[in-house]
Amino acid sequence: MTDVLISGAKLYGEGDPVDVLLSGGVIAAIEPRITPPDGAEVIEADGQVLLPGFVDLHTHLREPGREDAETVATGSEAAALGGYTAVFAMANTDPVADNAVVVEHVRRAGEAVGLVDVHPVGAVTVGLKGEQLAELGTMANSRAQVRMFSDDGHCVHDPLIMRRALEYTRALDAVVAQHAEEPRLTVGAQAHEGELAARLGLAGWPAAAEEAIVARDCILARHVDAKLHVCHVSTKGTVDVLRWAKERGTQVSAEVTPHHLMLTDERLTSYDPVNKVNPPLRTDADTEALRAALAEGVVDCVATDHAPHAPQDKDVEWQAARPGMLGLQTALSVVVATMVRPGLLTWRDVARVMSERPAEIGRLADHGRPLEVGEPATLALVDPDREWTVRGEELASIAANTPYEGMTLPGTVTATMLRGRITQLDGKVR
Amino acid sequence: MKHLLSTEGLDRDTATALLDTADELKRTLLGREVRKLPTLRGRTVITMFYENSTRTRVSFELAGKWMSADVVNVSAGGSSVGKGESLRDTVLTLSAAGADCVIVRHPASGAAQRLAAWLADTPTSVVNAGDGMHEHPTQALLDAATLRERLGPLEGRRVVIVGDVLHSRVARSNVHLLTTLGAEVVLVGPPTLVPTALTSWLESNRVRVSFDLDAELPTADAVMMLRVQAERMHGAFFPSAREYSISYGLNAARAALLPEHAVVMHPGPMLRGMEIADSVADAANSAIVEQVRNGVHVRMAVLYHLLAAQSPAGEVA
Amino acid sequence: MAPRTRGATGPAERELLSAGDVARTVARIAHQIIEKTAVGSSEPTPVLLGIPTRGAPLAARLAERITEFSGTQVPYGSIDVTLYRDDLRRRPPRPLELTQLPEGGIEDRIVILVDDVLFSGRTIRSALDALRDIGRPRAVQLAVLVDRGHRELPIRADYVGKNVPTSRREEVAVLLSEVDDRDAVLLRAAADESGGER
Repeated sequence: MTDVLISGAKLYGEGDPVDVLLSGGVIAAIEPRITPPDGAEVIEADGQVLLPGFVDLHTHLREPGREDAETVATGSEAAALGGYTAVFAMANTDPVADNAVVVEHVRRAGEAVGLVDVHPVGAVTVGLKGEQLAELGTMANSRAQVRMFSDDGHCVHDPLIMRRALEYTRALDAVVAQHAEEPRLTVGAQAHEGELAARLGLAGWPAAAEEAIVARDCILARHVDAKLHVCHVSTKGTVDVLRWAKERGTQVSAEVTPHHLMLTDERLTSYDPVNKVNPPLRTDADTEALRAALAEGVVDCVATDHAPHAPQDKDVEWQAARPGMLGLQTALSVVVATMVRPGLLTWRDVARVMSERPAEIGRLADHGRPLEVGEPATLALVDPDREWTVRGEELASIAANTPYEGMTLPGTVTATMLRGRITQLDGKVR
Repeated sequence: MKHLLSTEGLDRDTATALLDTADELKRTLLGREVRKLPTLRGRTVITMFYENSTRTRVSFELAGKWMSADVVNVSAGGSSVGKGESLRDTVLTLSAAGADCVIVRHPASGAAQRLAAWLADTPTSVVNAGDGMHEHPTQALLDAATLRERLGPLEGRRVVIVGDVLHSRVARSNVHLLTTLGAEVVLVGPPTLVPTALTSWLESNRVRVSFDLDAELPTADAVMMLRVQAERMHGAFFPSAREYSISYGLNAARAALLPEHAVVMHPGPMLRGMEIADSVADAANSAIVEQVRNGVHVRMAVLYHLLAAQSPAGEVA
Repeated sequence: MAPRTRGATGPAERELLSAGDVARTVARIAHQIIEKTAVGSSEPTPVLLGIPTRGAPLAARLAERITEFSGTQVPYGSIDVTLYRDDLRRRPPRPLELTQLPEGGIEDRIVILVDDVLFSGRTIRSALDALRDIGRPRAVQLAVLVDRGHRELPIRADYVGKNVPTSRREEVAVLLSEVDDRDAVLLRAAADESGGER
């Protein structure tokens, strides 16, 4: 592997620009001025922001089963272009990743592509049915080394099953990531239960359906002294529950999606299902509370819930459309627009919410590391000033269901490096 | 006007013009032996019904036929619709086959609006004949036509809408249209079936929510009974049909609370006994039969405005 | 919907008939109708049907005059032809106007269609179609205040108030006090070719 010299980057966007030499997969030197070694590739950073590579705890790669929407290969490209060096691939594939065979397949497929570390998430219950625990231990001990379990897309709604899952994973150094949605309160739900849904005649998805499950699970996690992760927090009320739980010492972490930071249910008036997602887009009050919670740390990190869908599943009537949005390539820009520009997060904070905390939660030892000599050269370089216009067709994913179509967003990931290898430079995957 | 998708956003002038046209059509056809106008000769109207509704489909079909349009009925049962073809492909096919207008009834809220978006580059018009729980604009127009006939101008009139407002496209369309025409609307039903989240409606001072039907009847100019869908009765929205009927059914004693001039309406089909008593449905102040009759004229007026005029883009399509 | 009123006299227009001329012309047509249809004889009285907007008040005025001159009540009404027009798709949506048939209807009667201006003849064709859907008159005649020529169909009037040679680009505007602010007939140099009664 050739050496790489990043010339003139601001670490965490702070201080004077420095030169960073990557060699042998690690950061070999950080100096004000480094003469490039023979044969080294030089990246002129020109004052751009250098951060640890991003880690996404919540990605749908659709392989196996829906390779017409996304594959491990195209999803990895999208991740590299978005500054990600590790992604957690959700278990709701076909077949479901509820056994060692499927998780090892996904892990191997990720390694074969090699653009990003693909960590399969194992299902909590067999077939995501919520009835019987999947073989969590076998998956944890397999080659895939599963450290996160989730029935995402479905809630582990049975309190006893959830309790057992939390208890059982204590022995596996793993975390249960809950899709918090009380199913009895969301039968047929199509949109955030509120004014818009009532006006548009869409069955409501009440905030209470999320908050009730988060509260229950926090109480259960504390009761059995286990680790809980809450997927895609979407309501102000959930923030309040999380704050309460954390204050009493519950081992709970939580993620928020870029779209729940930026978009609201006002978008639904067109009935364009590109805006359909689960949990649904909510209100201004919710996005505001989520931004504040992310800044404060009550919500730990940003996760994309990258959910590619083929046109035949999206360009249909609202009710028939699958929920979900692309997210990997737009996440950083949305965070810049909603958090960095308004002054809610510094670039060091961005490193925390997009890399360090998710790496900790997902138990990844070699991601989210400090920008120091000897640490893995797993990095993202960001031009904070360069804006770009989102075009679904131009994104690396096979599907094009981005809700940001046509929007001009701030912040561009100009290079991504995984253990010293450049996976993406100036929007081109290598 | 290219499409009629909702009464939300329909301005007062356009709504009034539609109702005036309906009135004139009614007068024109009154007592005629030959109910046939040449106005839409050579125009093709296709009804696409993804839900069964004989009354609405027949009403649209008659409206088209009485104006000499060629009317073709597509139903979900006997066509590619039933074979899993997407709504988009179906409607683009019908447009390409020469439909000047598609009239759609669909269980998904927003379906008509999606159709209009897919047909944006074609001259084909869309009429919403009921989309999920969203809107049913021609029903509201025929209700308004009936009310105008009985009460005169609607400015300052109070219309009480009773029942399953939450799931009712009829109620939504009526709230928008009646308030646009200057009426006040009171939504009455059990709290589980009234959308209390509609703050902007409530803040407009034109819409009020009440759980007490008896308190609202003495000041009502009209009472509109909504259909209670059978599936709601099993969804724990209320304890039993009997209890619903006791609190929100329009029985004879309750109807007696209405002022003499008040009009009783129901979009049909009625659940006699539970929603409305026989004697009330058939009384002189009941406009239920008139609603059905006006439905054809209102739909003729809609087709006239959409199809018997220059298309908005200016081209003679 | 309120009928469109026609504005006050502008610069590029000429008065063809004054208010007094209009009254005299209506009276003359009334006399001609009495003579031609033998009003007051044993023949059934004719029925006057005005074509809205301005044909309707003209029909009413004619009926009034005929009654005055002959002592016989002449039934009159209006017949809107919008739904029968062949040019609907060339214009924005038009409001429908009043159709009001006199009691006794038109079956086996002589119907006299009344309009303000006869131009292309297309309005009259529409009116004939509309009549056919209402009943079967014994005969149909046509009375107009102004015949401005430029026929596009084989149609002619039985009673003409005034023949006016015009160019296609000109507009003949009949003003009637029931609809407008006064009685007059004006010839305007219309910029817009679609204007005027076609």
